[in-house]
Amino acid sequence: MTLGLINANPVVHAKKKRVARPLDDPHADDAFGLHYVRDIRDPEHPYSLEQLSVLSEESITVDEKLGRILITFTPTIQHCSMATVIGLCLREKLKDCFPAHFKVDIKVAPGSHADEEAVNKQLNDKERVAAALENPNLRQLVTECLYSSEL
Amino acid sequence: MSLVDESFELKELQVLEGHADRVWSVAWKPATGFDGVPAVLASCSGDKTVRVWEQSPSSGSFQCKAVLEETHTRTVRSCAWSPSGKLLATASFDATTAVWEHVGDDYECVSTLEGHENEVKSISWNASGSLLATCGRDKSVWIWEVLPGNEFECVSVLQGHTQDVKMVQWHPNMDILFSCSYDNTIKVWAEDGDDDWHCVQTLAEANNGHTSTVWALSFNATGDKMATCSDDLTLKIWGSDLLTIQSGNGSAPWKHICTLSGYHDRTIFSVHWSREGIIASGAADDAIRLFAEDGDGLVDEPKYHLLLKKDKAHDMDVNSVQWSSAGNRLLASASDDGTIKIWELISLAGDQKPPL
Repeated sequence: MTLGLINANPVVHAKKKRVARPLDDPHADDAFGLHYVRDIRDPEHPYSLEQLSVLSEESITVDEKLGRILITFTPTIQHCSMATVIGLCLREKLKDCFPAHFKVDIKVAPGSHADEEAVNKQLNDKERVAAALENPNLRQLVTECLYSSEL
Repeated sequence: MSLVDESFELKELQVLEGHADRVWSVAWKPATGFDGVPAVLASCSGDKTVRVWEQSPSSGSFQCKAVLEETHTRTVRSCAWSPSGKLLATASFDATTAVWEHVGDDYECVSTLEGHENEVKSISWNASGSLLATCGRDKSVWIWEVLPGNEFECVSVLQGHTQDVKMVQWHPNMDILFSCSYDNTIKVWAEDGDDDWHCVQTLAEANNGHTSTVWALSFNATGDKMATCSDDLTLKIWGSDLLTIQSGNGSAPWKHICTLSGYHDRTIFSVHWSREGIIASGAADDAIRLFAEDGDGLVDEPKYHLLLKKDKAHDMDVNSVQWSSAGNRLLASASDDGTIKIWELISLAGDQKPPL
């Protein structure tokens, strides 16, 4: 592929140690969701979304009772055209991990993207999400990010 | 007695199972469901198929009579019967619109309309069945003329929306076309007399319009009011002067009458106005809401009130709600949970039904 990378030199962070959290940790629920999505590979780089700090423990909140999940991720650069692909990956991954009736809202962190409002709108338009996932190229990219072992 | 003074129950009559993916849309076949003609309903799905369901005259329950498959190669987003009920048009993410005819026991694909660059999202037949409109992600609205022999000729490609167009809907008795879009607006299209179609009005945020994607629109029976629903979690009612519309220049402006907010807490995907004046809405909060005009409102300022709340109508998002036009108070709903539900609106005050 001759396409240039959107972000050629991302900052890579060490993988965080995975410690089992004590059950009485009041934030247990917040961190609980992250382990489902932390290993998703970045669409451009052989690193996980967690290693690139696209996701952190604060990124995901799961309300089991209401059946709602909110993910806020931070694209590595302000003009990341991969933001919508990352959104598709997150949505697909969560679909596999949580009951089908859970409502998922995905956003970019405030101020983290030049077209924040447009990106957020597209990430949450389920018709566009459904159509994107029927596109063979996008579907393949998402599958690679979700199931690639070349991290 | 006004509808808002009555108490109602929305009774679940049947769950129709068979689709293998989310059901996007349902459409009742015109002129069925009364006078001994069994009610017929079409549904379409992410499973790339269309199903046709028919009510058994003896048991009253709906059964799948036909599965229309192997024509669309991607999601079938919406379906619409021609006014005579002879043809069924289906819009697909595969960029085509298919037209089906009921031949013997089968539905045969008699025409495929190509032209949109990518996903076709909605289709609508005009009142006489002589025109068909389609719209899609390519931001355009197409008008097709229905010619003899199941031929369809594109007569106009309307550009004007700045984002994908979610739905097209013809006015119930005039050849005026309405479209709503991801660009948050509703556009009104009319012919200028020289076979040229133009946008004659745009209902945007500045006209008390929606502040996010407008997913659907529906007219009341007389066609002087329109309801729209949106990702901004509101429903809006718009009105126009019927006499000016009928004068034929098609340019009677539509004005915002009121905004219904606080009734759904996630995207409202569908709104449908029944012949007798009940507005149904279905949303991503899994709920159905019914509204009706308050008889006490002034003619100039009609008021709308919540008639009924049905929480957990489905296990997942409600994508489409459609009243039967047969006057039997049947409502069909389609959901991400892969099912269609048939509901009957029952008046708890007694058996009297208002004349239709």
